[in-house]
Amino acid sequence: MIKRTLPHLSRWLGLGITALLAGCKGGILDPKGQIAADEKSLIITATILMLLVVVPVIVMTIAFAWKYRASNESATYTPKWAHSGKIEAVVWIIPIIIVTFLAIVTWNSTHKLDPYRELDSSVKPINVQVVSLDWKWLFIYPDLNIASVNQLAFPANTPVNFKITSDAAMNSFFIPQLGGQIYSMAGMQTKLHLIANEAGSYDGMSANYSGAGFSGMKFKALAMNSQAEFDSWVQKVRAGQPLDAANYAALLKQSENNPVQYFSSVTPGLFYGVLNKYMAGHQTAMESGLSASQLKALSNSLCAPAAAKE
Amino acid sequence: MTSQVNALHDHDHAHDHEHHDAGASVELGFWLYLMTDCILFASAFAAYAVLVGNVAGGVAGHDIFELKFVLVETFALLFSSITYGFAMISGHKGNKAGLLGWLAVTFLFGATFIGMELHEFGALIAEGHGPDKSAFLSGFFALVGMHGLHVTAGLIWMAVMMLEVIKTGLTGRAMTRLNCLSMFWHFLDIVWICVFTVVYLKGAI
Amino acid sequence: MFGKLTLEAIPFHEPIIMGALSGAGLLGLALIAAITKFGKWGYLWKEWLTSVDHKKIGVMYIIVALVMLLRGFADALMMRTQLAMATGGAHGIFPPEHYDQIFTAHGVIMIIFMAMPFMTGLMNIVVPLQIGARDVAFPFLNSLSFWLLVASAALVNISLGVGEFAKTGWVAYPPLSELAYSPGVGVDYYIWALQISGIGTTLTAINFLVTILKMRAPGMKLMQMPIFTWTCTWANVLIVSSFPILTGALAMLTLDRYLDFHFFTSEAGGNPMMYLNLFWAWGHPEVYILVLPAFGIFSEVISTFSGKRLFGHTSMIIASGVISVLGFMVWLHHFFTMGSGASVNAFFGIATMVISVPTGVKLFNWLFTIFRGRLRFTAPVMWTLGFMITFSIGGMTGVLMAIPGADFVLHNSLFLIAHFHNTIIGGAVFGYLAGFAFWFPKAFGFKLNERLGKAAFWFWQSGFFFAFVPLYVLGFLGMTRRLNHTDNPLWTPWLYIACIGAVLIAIGIGCQLLQLFVSLRDRKQLADVSGDPWNGHTLEWSISSPPPFYNFATLPQVHDIDAFTDMKEKGVAYDIPKQYAPIHMPKNTAAGVYIGGFTLACGFALIWHIWWLAIVGLLGIVGSMLARAYDNDKDYYVQPEEIEAIERERFEKMGIDFDRYDERDSNNRPHKAKTLEQV
Repeated sequence: MIKRTLPHLSRWLGLGITALLAGCKGGILDPKGQIAADEKSLIITATILMLLVVVPVIVMTIAFAWKYRASNESATYTPKWAHSGKIEAVVWIIPIIIVTFLAIVTWNSTHKLDPYRELDSSVKPINVQVVSLDWKWLFIYPDLNIASVNQLAFPANTPVNFKITSDAAMNSFFIPQLGGQIYSMAGMQTKLHLIANEAGSYDGMSANYSGAGFSGMKFKALAMNSQAEFDSWVQKVRAGQPLDAANYAALLKQSENNPVQYFSSVTPGLFYGVLNKYMAGHQTAMESGLSASQLKALSNSLCAPAAAKE
Repeated sequence: MTSQVNALHDHDHAHDHEHHDAGASVELGFWLYLMTDCILFASAFAAYAVLVGNVAGGVAGHDIFELKFVLVETFALLFSSITYGFAMISGHKGNKAGLLGWLAVTFLFGATFIGMELHEFGALIAEGHGPDKSAFLSGFFALVGMHGLHVTAGLIWMAVMMLEVIKTGLTGRAMTRLNCLSMFWHFLDIVWICVFTVVYLKGAI
Repeated sequence: MFGKLTLEAIPFHEPIIMGALSGAGLLGLALIAAITKFGKWGYLWKEWLTSVDHKKIGVMYIIVALVMLLRGFADALMMRTQLAMATGGAHGIFPPEHYDQIFTAHGVIMIIFMAMPFMTGLMNIVVPLQIGARDVAFPFLNSLSFWLLVASAALVNISLGVGEFAKTGWVAYPPLSELAYSPGVGVDYYIWALQISGIGTTLTAINFLVTILKMRAPGMKLMQMPIFTWTCTWANVLIVSSFPILTGALAMLTLDRYLDFHFFTSEAGGNPMMYLNLFWAWGHPEVYILVLPAFGIFSEVISTFSGKRLFGHTSMIIASGVISVLGFMVWLHHFFTMGSGASVNAFFGIATMVISVPTGVKLFNWLFTIFRGRLRFTAPVMWTLGFMITFSIGGMTGVLMAIPGADFVLHNSLFLIAHFHNTIIGGAVFGYLAGFAFWFPKAFGFKLNERLGKAAFWFWQSGFFFAFVPLYVLGFLGMTRRLNHTDNPLWTPWLYIACIGAVLIAIGIGCQLLQLFVSLRDRKQLADVSGDPWNGHTLEWSISSPPPFYNFATLPQVHDIDAFTDMKEKGVAYDIPKQYAPIHMPKNTAAGVYIGGFTLACGFALIWHIWWLAIVGLLGIVGSMLARAYDNDKDYYVQPEEIEAIERERFEKMGIDFDRYDERDSNNRPHKAKTLEQV
């Protein structure tokens, strides 16, 4: 194996270092959205704060070990010296100060970067309902009455409000360059608010292992240059099939490396129907715009999970 | 020979600390075990509290709990704790017959409790309210059933101890073990009081 | 008759598995043949397998840990190889259904079957010696705990050849681990292996807490206990308070899978997130259970080889206690991305950072122990210095991930994998390896080859950075964990480097195996005659190496934290009493082996739904326990003549005249001699 790896290595090593110097292209250190940018600067601030302690500790470790090596007879030797109020006070207080700073940073940033917080923007947000399936992502645009699989599109500089659930095992919805992830869980709805500050095609994925086809559970998030470009994407989607109970049943079947699919229309309240399948009588019909009995009927039409019990 | 070993043994206690007091260690160890059991029960209680509302369209506590029946069950267990106390008093006085008698009474109370619990479970399952029907029922059956399994283990232990006392009398070893069983039995009583309050009383209201 | 078990459960069509199995089978056969040829079965059975001696049980724990280290590391090598090969659209050598078992098994084995037994083994060997005790409080229970571990480790290994292991990741999150998504026996192997070993661990913790509370040498106050014993005490407190939660969570998952309960299912009102909460309410304390004893080892090593008293002994004890308590208040940081409110996330994030305060204090205390000392660069010291540097980085990345805003992009990424390997390898494993080299002469009577020990350290240390720094980078590049194959050209070079790192660590492990072999060969030259090869501070160094089975011929009187240093300074370290008193010792018993065997049968039967065998196993367990409870032949007294003969041999080897009565008179424990005259 090593033999096979080595020739590749020298070629890739150079490329890798260039890539890292270029600012981790495509990763979380190359943010293309406000949330991701804030998260990046948070990481950098916190790291610098901590390096204030970590670097001296590493330097002291090496320096002390060298200076007080056994062969250095000239160094002071105090075998019984084991307590110093002053030093003990300092070693407790310095970490406490750093942690206090970090705690303040944490408290503020956690509220600011709360995935449930709606973004401040004058642009009207786009609503997307996300369902993780075995092993693909379904994106429903309730306001546009369209849906797509493994492709997400929205205009840049427009806030996107995600509501996320799962009709499979737990996954995590993650577009690294736009911002942090959140779990998708059956019978539960999570929310995420992201925005792209630049047009582009960004990698999206499930970050939480969910079974055999997990590695292929990827999608592209397309941040469009303009509303017009987005509209033409919507037109393309409308050319697909309707997402009704039958087509949803087909989606529920396990599949790996699913291609992009478009759906021209969506059964009203489908997202809530999926959610309600696992809510064991706790359904709130309110948000879905359906009555309780309609919602129940919808849920029943969306059948059992794909992974059949044996 | 035996007396010589005993003499050595006593001497160790008095001067050497070398041979720690075995009985006290066993009781401390058993106490620690009870604390782990306490945390196990706490997990089951926490799970029940999380799931109590998730009836999945099925029955809730007030639909199925018969407080009067459970109250009788509860008193059977509470009385068994008192009678176990009497058994231990007899034991400490060296009254073997008294100890065995009270243990037998305790055993009967405990068996009554288990019998009633099994009857309750059987009736629920027969009516179609088994643990597979909803998360609430899962939590209920697991919590109450886990307590029931503990009581059953306690009953088996009690039977074994009665045989031991009949065969070998009130030895130090038997008394240490009876002390541990005593802690176990009272502990299960306390857990049951929590079960009764959290599950049945809160559920029935 | 055999439940779900059929011949199809054996993966004949998998060349890699069959190769591994036949390799293991051949090794096993060779071992059996060798034992038979040298006629060692009786010795093995009488002196080791049925032993209740804490030192021998400790050695056996470490043997299990090392065997499982090889197994878990083989998994790691396979994972790194797969990811180095499956790039750019290639699919590598392992399909997901196999690869997913490998990373699950790697995690389970390294935490539960490598780190835990290694820690327990060191604790077994050292703690009773450090507190001047002759055994643990419940010697038979100790043997039982060990055999429960063996039974559970056997289950994990059986899963390689019979059926499959879990394909869920080592955390086995539902609903993926529920019957609906994992219908095979893999998760059942996982459940029963963890459950059985968890019960053994809980019993060990109870045993050691009683030992520490009840059996300290006369004069040893709690705050005078050696620091390793203290950190083990805290770890045991954590075990008794956290393992029952794991027991409960696994029991609920069992009920879900076996009896159609709905604790964690998606359907019928089950709540999968409750499992995450319960699992990490155990899982987070668990990492402190692993690392606190390692901290204790570093403290012992650094103070011994600096020739100095440990700086801030009290402060170290308090810091360990604070870490233990806080360890219970941070479990939610494992799932900030669940969607809790900002305030909840911030609370758990800040609680997590607070742990870095006592941890930082510990680092400074080690530094100030080196300060104005005379540091000898032995292998244990190398591990310790390597740890101090490596762990500082791991601690920093940990605090970074404790900030919810940062965790949202780092969670589930390879950054997380790099972080916890940084703390577990750079913290716990380096600690155990330091402890291994440090106490090896105590356990076996000869030192380990120093050159190979240092070579092992350098390969491990450099291998660690080669293997895990790329994973930090890959985390920043947006690569998530548990991927089977990738197609991002920017990730590929880093995956190659990580693979090289794994090979370097493999060479490190090779050095250690070679070191064991070479040291065994050169044991005469490396012999430790005095019992005190490092000029130690604590009581374990006051007796011979290896210690006599009764440990202490006379119980030491403790007046100081560094009890043995104190004795050496007062000139009473090698005093010989006029006469020895009889010592009360437990007899060996096979009950633990039998109960372990029945537990293995019971667990295997439950996994494959072979109900009759499960009942037989259970009855066997209860029957063996009752038989043990009513066995009246459990202990005996070692007679003074035997003790005197053993001690005489020891002192004569050291060149101390055993019959020099004036020296024996200067014994500072005169009551010892007197009491015997009374008898």
